[in-house]
Amino acid sequence: MNQLYSDIILEHNQNLSNKHELKDFTLQEHGHNPSCGDDITLQADIHNGIVRDAAYTGHGCAISQASADMMIDLIKGKPTAEALRLVNLFLDMIKRKETDDAKLEELEDAIALKNISNMPARVKCAVLAWHTLKDALEKKEENR
Amino acid sequence: MNNVRKDFPILTKKVNGHQLVYFDNAATTQKPYQVIHAIVDLLEHYNGNPHRGAHTLSMEATELYDEAKQAVARFINARSADEIIFVRNTTEALNLVARSYGEANLHSGDKIVIPISEHHSDLVPWQRVASKTGAKLVYMYLDEEGHFTDEDLAKIDDHTKIVAFAAVSNVLGMKRPVEKIIKKAHQVGAIAVLDGAQSAPHMKSDVQKWDCDFYAFSGHKMLGSAGTGVLYGKLELLRNMEPFLSGGDMIEYVQEQSTTFAEVPFKFEAGTENVEGAVALHAAIDYLEAIGFDAIEQHEYELTRHCMEGMLKLPYIHLLGSKDPKEKVGVISFTIDGVHPHDAATILDSYGIAIRSGHHCAQPLGHHLHVEASNRVSFYIYNTIEEVDYFLSKLPLVRKQMGFKD
Repeated sequence: MNQLYSDIILEHNQNLSNKHELKDFTLQEHGHNPSCGDDITLQADIHNGIVRDAAYTGHGCAISQASADMMIDLIKGKPTAEALRLVNLFLDMIKRKETDDAKLEELEDAIALKNISNMPARVKCAVLAWHTLKDALEKKEENR
Repeated sequence: MNNVRKDFPILTKKVNGHQLVYFDNAATTQKPYQVIHAIVDLLEHYNGNPHRGAHTLSMEATELYDEAKQAVARFINARSADEIIFVRNTTEALNLVARSYGEANLHSGDKIVIPISEHHSDLVPWQRVASKTGAKLVYMYLDEEGHFTDEDLAKIDDHTKIVAFAAVSNVLGMKRPVEKIIKKAHQVGAIAVLDGAQSAPHMKSDVQKWDCDFYAFSGHKMLGSAGTGVLYGKLELLRNMEPFLSGGDMIEYVQEQSTTFAEVPFKFEAGTENVEGAVALHAAIDYLEAIGFDAIEQHEYELTRHCMEGMLKLPYIHLLGSKDPKEKVGVISFTIDGVHPHDAATILDSYGIAIRSGHHCAQPLGHHLHVEASNRVSFYIYNTIEEVDYFLSKLPLVRKQMGFKD
């Protein structure tokens, strides 16, 4: 349990600096886990292919909230293609398709969620924000 | 009551290195040997397709299936076994009523009245009836503790054609004034549909005393196996309703272009029946009746009272609904300040304790109370005061795990 609810997860869960609405945003996506009710809205302000700012609102468990916070820390300031690559790397980590810690270090604090793949009931909490961003970026790509 | 535990093999299971404490009985209950053996006995000795064959196994399966129906009729005090329809679960039973009664009888301007606390299975089917017929779905919003108000009951008016409600709320755990609401429904000419998913396992059901028009419940929440539920309906209503599903065993004559249907209840039981489920439910009823609902209610009251008392001592715990254990049947929903229910459930599971977390399939209630997710413990005959004490001793550790220094 201490491994799951590590200090780093609890810190990100309690950190509210990424949890608010953006005044200006170019992308907004709603993510929802129907079976448990976790619900987030992700916003990003993207200019010239760079994620200038990102934030989320909503409610959910510590895992889903910490995961959203970590993801936003990770993608802020990055090109969208790079953000999408990191999202896919995170999802590969959860699916155990990528297990090499050296490669996963790119995910920064989000590597702390690696062991969630041992807890099937909580995987959907960990991936909610990441799937939401992936959907949004892919939609944006299609609309171009 | 203490000697029932030996009948439930799963209760010896270790979860995460701890003795299992199963407090998710409102979701599904565990099964005693008597129920497990009834299923095995059927499959080893009497398995045939009922109502269809002239051979011994088919006849034996028919007899067991029909005996189960008789047992259910006695269990809820129906006038006859013809009023008992076996379905998959409460959800299917309520869908049957919504489709075969609601869609056929409601029109634009009619009202369906339900409490905001309903489980999705007693809510979504009525939404669909409303959208198909133009009827209006009207909610009774209850008071802060979940009681019906005079204002709520006034919503049951001359335009109302269906009043549907759970005899016991699956989130609030509260017993409803069943007879009062049904009487009110009948006064305005509406039918009363009673969701018994949380009442049938915990208290004596009496459809004649209550005078409900339909009563729906699930076998798996009362020691039976999953996939067997019951719809009781008054015979005159059932006779005038169209079939819900069609196909095998629900027919009288089938021509190339038309079919006449079998009598009630068979016209509502299309396809090969779940005989395993029926014998399991029969064994479950025998088991519960041998204990008796007076003893069951007393036992669950003691557990609920003890648990609520312990929880009320913890300032960061907030109970949903009534604070009076006398109004409840062994279901306690609560929130923990600063801890999301999923995290609480995961942490308690690490101590072997199974509780429910989330919206409990009652999202409109959650929105209404601004409690999108909650924790729920729910007891049954095999739970003990010692288990409640163990749970109460672990609650502070949930907060601690999440970084609080209480």
